[in-house]
Amino acid sequence: MLEVTTNHYLVLSFVLFAIGICGVLVRRNMITVLMSIELILNSVNINLIAFSYQHSDLTGQIFAIFTITVAAGEAAVGLGILIALFRLRESTDLGRAVELKG
Amino acid sequence: MGSLVAHGPALLFYLFAALAVVGAVGVETLRNPMYGAISLLVTFLAVAVLFLLRHAEFLAVVQVFVYGGGIMVLFLFVIMLVNLHKLDQAKIFWKQSPAALVLGLLLLGLFGWLFLHVGFGPAFEQPLSFVTAGGGGGGATGNSQAVAWSLYRDYLLPFEIASLFLLVAMIGAVVLGRRQ
Repeated sequence: MLEVTTNHYLVLSFVLFAIGICGVLVRRNMITVLMSIELILNSVNINLIAFSYQHSDLTGQIFAIFTITVAAGEAAVGLGILIALFRLRESTDLGRAVELKG
Repeated sequence: MGSLVAHGPALLFYLFAALAVVGAVGVETLRNPMYGAISLLVTFLAVAVLFLLRHAEFLAVVQVFVYGGGIMVLFLFVIMLVNLHKLDQAKIFWKQSPAALVLGLLLLGLFGWLFLHVGFGPAFEQPLSFVTAGGGGGGATGNSQAVAWSLYRDYLLPFEIASLFLLVAMIGAVVLGRRQ
């Protein structure tokens, strides 16, 4: 019997979250790192929606709306920082941002 | 054909879950951030379909509009704004990447362990009741209406704080992007 349960959604969310974390750690390009963060936030939304359905409770969907709001603000500020850093370094490579290196 | 209809939601789930994972892997492995952004768009749209399958219709549309529309346009705009020259010679991975991959797999293993050892409780009765309930939804007739009732009655203060947050983010982005 093919039935999709909350567990299926949780596994998908785990996989997307791990891929996003790996992307943040692995990639040198700042744009890709920001996209990985969006991926992580999206995987959290999948969890919220799945549990909202399981518990017949709208609170999960409301929280997902707020997560999307925060993701939008984070993308705007993050890309603003990226533009400022690009003006300074002429590159989006994180290896060139060494101001705080000890 | 009959079994296809009977198992339709499950087949749709597997199809779009696979699409979401493929898109996510594409984001991390494609050299050109432009292709990465398109790959991310595939993931966002696949996740929107998964929201539909969990009867979060309003969230699915918000996902397409905000992620697939707004955030994706912002990313593409910035990718076109910054000059991605010498893309073929540039290194795309850090040299500690294997260690990071091992850490990621360990994280997945931790999730798997939690998954096997922590119970999430049984599904509640009538999984569709939240479409009309929504904290005394006032006879709401659909998911959007139920979400709106809940958002504007029970979560009004967080809603206003979110608007303030967006204002702060907007001012911050303008200040950061300004030429000194």
